[in-house]
Amino acid sequence: MEYITGLLIVVGIYAILATSLDLLVGHAGLLSVAQAAFYGIGAYTAALLAVSHGAPAIVGILLGMVLAALASLALSVPTLRLHDDYFFIAAFAFQVIFLGILSNWMSLTQGPLGITGIPELTVAGIAISSRVRFLCVTAMFAAFAHVATDRIATSPLGRALRGIREDEEFTQALGKDTVRIKVSVICVSAALAALAGSLYAHYMSFIDPSSFTVMESILVVAMVIIGGAASRWGPLIGAAVLVMLPEGLRFLGLPTSIAANLRQIIYGSLLVLLMLLRPNGLVGRYDFER
Amino acid sequence: MTSKGDLEPQVRCLRLCKSFDGTVALSDATLELVGSQIAAIIGPNGAGKTTLLNVLTGVVRPDSGRCLVNGSVTAGLALHSITKLGAARTFQDVRLIRKASALDNVMLGMPGQRGEALLGALVRVGVADEEAKNRQRSLGLLEFVGLEQSARSPAGELSYGEQKLLSLACCLATDPQVLLLDEPVAGVHPGMVPHILSRLRSLKAEGRLVVFIEHDIAAVREVADLVVVMDGGRVIASGTPSDVLSRPEILEAYVT
Repeated sequence: MEYITGLLIVVGIYAILATSLDLLVGHAGLLSVAQAAFYGIGAYTAALLAVSHGAPAIVGILLGMVLAALASLALSVPTLRLHDDYFFIAAFAFQVIFLGILSNWMSLTQGPLGITGIPELTVAGIAISSRVRFLCVTAMFAAFAHVATDRIATSPLGRALRGIREDEEFTQALGKDTVRIKVSVICVSAALAALAGSLYAHYMSFIDPSSFTVMESILVVAMVIIGGAASRWGPLIGAAVLVMLPEGLRFLGLPTSIAANLRQIIYGSLLVLLMLLRPNGLVGRYDFER
Repeated sequence: MTSKGDLEPQVRCLRLCKSFDGTVALSDATLELVGSQIAAIIGPNGAGKTTLLNVLTGVVRPDSGRCLVNGSVTAGLALHSITKLGAARTFQDVRLIRKASALDNVMLGMPGQRGEALLGALVRVGVADEEAKNRQRSLGLLEFVGLEQSARSPAGELSYGEQKLLSLACCLATDPQVLLLDEPVAGVHPGMVPHILSRLRSLKAEGRLVVFIEHDIAAVREVADLVVVMDGGRVIASGTPSDVLSRPEILEAYVT
């Protein structure tokens, strides 16, 4: 039971991440591999505030979201006036630089040693001491992220985003400030990723830079694409599939050295299969209508 | 119908120059169009007609010279800001959101939507009313161009002529005083041309300035109040169709 709850918590955290990234990849058509950086900003802000300052968890969560949104401006404002390809490269650079800072700013982040002893979550005076409680909190936050992105997707803003995805110049010619729209949505996406990060920090009670690498960003991209970009439940399903899959492999009783490689092979094959059979993801239709 | 004050719609281009990697597209092009009328820009391929439109709408920056739309200088403005000055354009290669319905395409063009701001999208105060109003206006525009039956069809599934009409409706959604149309009848089924031309006349009757680029001289003769002839990046003649299109040197250089 403990094992299943733990697994569901991880699915929930990744569901928030994938949902946040789908705003960019699915709705705005902006491929980004910087999501793990915003995830890391959330995790480190929550961890450092709780460990060094004893701040209440909610302060760490909110501050992490604000910091991630601000950091996203450093990525989006200078690059979005250029073509979208530059955004991808800039996002990659952002991710790499972030990891560099995380690993080397010893006095703040402890570098590769990571941060230990992150206290358990307390929400409104209630200690989230059991895994079941933590799962409830995670589900609540995941539902919040889902509703927020769904409201954006089904609003006139969502229509403008899909306009940008399909033909940015045309959308601009219709009087839409496409740069402002993209900047604001990237802020939301970063803030939601940070929310996932702070949950992760409190859940694991230990974080180090290895959880916030570019490979982690790519995993989240894979979740969005496998689940179905720009579809209501795609990111959640993608997160569930990619978290459960390696767990399922455990029961095959393979030696770890083989299992780790097998996981990569299965990811690869799954992506190829999906491209062939369901190019819009497991539940994706990639329609304009929502 | 136009809502932007009493100012007459106007477009001014003053001594525009633009070259692309040494190829001169505009060289000292000057053009002034004031008041509600239909102006056609004609000229051979490479005369600089589309470049002129691109400079006017901020898609391309001129090397020198300046443009004014409804009295405001467009230099340094982004495409969307020029649309807000009251000038909307269509593209030569019809640009639409092909997967979206005709109605969604027009609704995308509605200006000042509260639901397009982050807070508006999340909190949704008054957004449903605004959407209902915009939907009505958009359906009205689709009716104006004769596409009310196709409101739910994906734009990409419409015929070429219908797509040109839809892109006109999208422009009108922004309620422009000045319409800049790149080849509104080229490649359209001949049976549909009179309908498109009649739409241009109604727009003029509403007090708008319609500027269009066209190769179809019969259409130009029929609908234009003013013909502007371009060649080699400059304006070489302008006047009424009967005057300009009867000059032998122009007929020789371009029309035949």
